[in-house]
Amino acid sequence: MRSVWALAATAALSLLAFSTATFAGEPKQGGILRMYHRDSPANASILEGATYSVNVPFMGVFNNLVIYDQHIAQNSPDTLRPELAESWSWSSDNKKLTFKLRQGVKWHDGKPFTSADVKCTFDLLMGKSQQKLRQNPRKTWYTEVNDVTPNGDLEVSFDLKRPQPSLLAMLASGYTPIYPCHVSPADMRTHPIGTGPFKFVEFKANESIKLTRNPDYWRKGRPYLDGIEYTIITNRSTAILAFVASKFDMTFPTHITIPLLKDIKSQAPNAVCVVEPTNVSTNIIVNSASPPFDNIDIRRAMAMALDRRAFVDILFEGQADIGGTMLPPPQGIWGMPKDKLETIPGYGQDVNANREEAKKLMQKAGYGPDKHLAVKVSTRNLAEYRDPAVILIDQLKSIYIDGELDVVETANWFPKVARKDYMLGLNLTGNSVDDPDQSFYENYSCGSERNYTNYCNKEIEKLFDLQSQEIDTNKRKQLVWDIDKKLQEDVARPIIFHARAGSCWQPYVKGITIMSNSSYNGFRYEDVWLDK
Amino acid sequence: MFAYLVRRLFLMLVTLFGISVVIFFLLRIVPGNIVDILFAAAGYVDPADEVDLEKQLGIDQPLVMQYLHWISGLLHGDLGYSYVSEKPALQEILPRIPITARLAGLALLFSASIGIPLGVISAVKQGTRLDYALRVVSLSGLSLPSFWLGLLILTASVAMFGQIPIFNPNPATWLEAFATYAVPAAAVGFRSAALTMRITRSSMLEVLRQDYIRTARAKGASDAAVNYHHALKNAILPVITVIGIEAAFLIGGLIVTETVFNIPGVARFLVEAIRWRDYPIVQNLVMLIAVVVVSANFIVDMLYAVFDPRIRYTD
Repeated sequence: MRSVWALAATAALSLLAFSTATFAGEPKQGGILRMYHRDSPANASILEGATYSVNVPFMGVFNNLVIYDQHIAQNSPDTLRPELAESWSWSSDNKKLTFKLRQGVKWHDGKPFTSADVKCTFDLLMGKSQQKLRQNPRKTWYTEVNDVTPNGDLEVSFDLKRPQPSLLAMLASGYTPIYPCHVSPADMRTHPIGTGPFKFVEFKANESIKLTRNPDYWRKGRPYLDGIEYTIITNRSTAILAFVASKFDMTFPTHITIPLLKDIKSQAPNAVCVVEPTNVSTNIIVNSASPPFDNIDIRRAMAMALDRRAFVDILFEGQADIGGTMLPPPQGIWGMPKDKLETIPGYGQDVNANREEAKKLMQKAGYGPDKHLAVKVSTRNLAEYRDPAVILIDQLKSIYIDGELDVVETANWFPKVARKDYMLGLNLTGNSVDDPDQSFYENYSCGSERNYTNYCNKEIEKLFDLQSQEIDTNKRKQLVWDIDKKLQEDVARPIIFHARAGSCWQPYVKGITIMSNSSYNGFRYEDVWLDK
Repeated sequence: MFAYLVRRLFLMLVTLFGISVVIFFLLRIVPGNIVDILFAAAGYVDPADEVDLEKQLGIDQPLVMQYLHWISGLLHGDLGYSYVSEKPALQEILPRIPITARLAGLALLFSASIGIPLGVISAVKQGTRLDYALRVVSLSGLSLPSFWLGLLILTASVAMFGQIPIFNPNPATWLEAFATYAVPAAAVGFRSAALTMRITRSSMLEVLRQDYIRTARAKGASDAAVNYHHALKNAILPVITVIGIEAAFLIGGLIVTETVFNIPGVARFLVEAIRWRDYPIVQNLVMLIAVVVVSANFIVDMLYAVFDPRIRYTD
């Protein structure tokens, strides 16, 4: 009899343990996710922004037509998911992309969402509408789109000038929310209206951003959170101390530098921290329009003198990546494999041998131990710019180049670059989507506004178009690698390294995925919940 | 006295007018404007869009016209619109004033209530261990930058109590409300208290050597009566001057303290506005600070007469 009771008790305990385990894994409704924000964004309009200071807090207010799966760290064509579109299809000639739209979706002010809103959004982005965005940094993404045409309320088509498979990638970016027709761009800057899981409550500049749960969200049962509150704290030390003291559930994403991560782990050992690439490259912009860098030998010598591993070791304690224009694998989809990368002059493992080659090029250009070249290395007055610039200056000494640091206030940086009033610049380039079209056309295409050095090579331009139209991903990759290699050999914008950064949250925060090849696409937060 | 007051008020207006001109034009001399910065944030430069935006914001107008527009608005209580938030400047500035005013007031209170008594004690106990200890405290107060002191307080709070006194706009308890202002006020007021302490000490020492103090003691007055009634009353003028000047210069310390403790006051807001070249915010805030400084000087002058009967402002 005793054994029967024991068996029954064991069974009951097992059942309880099983049910508890199951229950612990079940998402819970409620709670406010408290985060700090690293700075005060200019406004709340994602379409006008080019920094994730805008995109992180406001991505949850909106929906896209399609979105990258928010639970898979690596964005790729395989992780595209429908959002406001229920499905999509390409025409047989790959020049028409048609979306079937979700029914019954409402804007936060109760008005119905229709295909007209999709058209309005893209007319705004393409500069076709009467209303204008104050800034339109991603206008070039849609240069191949002829028109966006609604077919009834629940269908919309993108007519392209030529096939462009990357269009879907750009539509899935956190930077491509659908805006309502009935709200002006000016109002969207101060009080954004979306269809997303969270409704905008208030944005007090330099103080806080508050979002609340959208009870009428089309995805039933979502979001789990009652709201999200961002406290704007510009002082990084204060922000991190506040996280350690449990004032916040999460740090601002990818805001933790590698050295600071150790501090957090020592003071808050239970915190969950991940380190991922940000898809932001640190690179050199070269003013090849005037001497001495109009001489390709000097440009090549400079690129060959780089000891990239030293940058990574000093600034990131080894946790950063070396690559070309595209984020290197395994996180990057399109980056060159290591063996191909190392065939590029200056990327070889033997730094001394590279520098010997560089010295020969410098001597050919008339410089040597007795005649050094004096250059100014201009950069922005921010630590992430200044620190690598100092290392760069130190490294250039090895090939008879004496660099002088020229620190420029942020307000003057782009006007100075646009005026070509610099010799060398230490620059950071963020890629909002891990796709070659975004990177190549934006940063290297003739006439692009973000092509700061005015690099223009008609041959490479043809290759840009060729890869852009290629439907076969493997074939496209081969083309992309060749282009990337050529860009490095041309010293168009020598890439020094690709940064990594940390994000931390308290152990009870569940459902967070930090994207491993984008800092811009993973902040919908509708599946995030608090286990407490 | 009345004519003196009128003359002082008139001079205040002239000074404020001069300051408005200087602020306005200096701000425009600084390289870069909101349009440059907005486009820099967007990562590209489009000359046509920039021209459009300059026109929208009215910064394409001649400077004199812009100045007249600002001043006439100011006289009508219209401070213009923030270029960044696109909200009325008054709406942006007004809620932040009480926060900074409370912080500054508490810091000044801290400065006076700690600095004056300790300065007196230090002077009265000159050459004793207590005097040396207080002088070390005052010297360290003058030497420690407020941002460092602020970070030290925050780090110690987290290390010792697992808590951090971050600004809480809706404090649940009195303790929270006190922590919201008292800790940062102490951080910014420490330097000011140290200065007050030093000035009080040296001023008291000078007075304590005067003949009338010896006379008072000879008459049999108690130490407390001599120190606080006779000496302090006569030594207080330079202290008032210093506190008045400190009130004016406190804004510098508050910028750092508000940043470190994340307090959404006007001081931190001013720095952010300068970063964005948000002219309507910057020029109105600097004018506000100018009014505070000029008024503080005026009040100090008036207090001279209250504390020292020998000072009389004649017509």
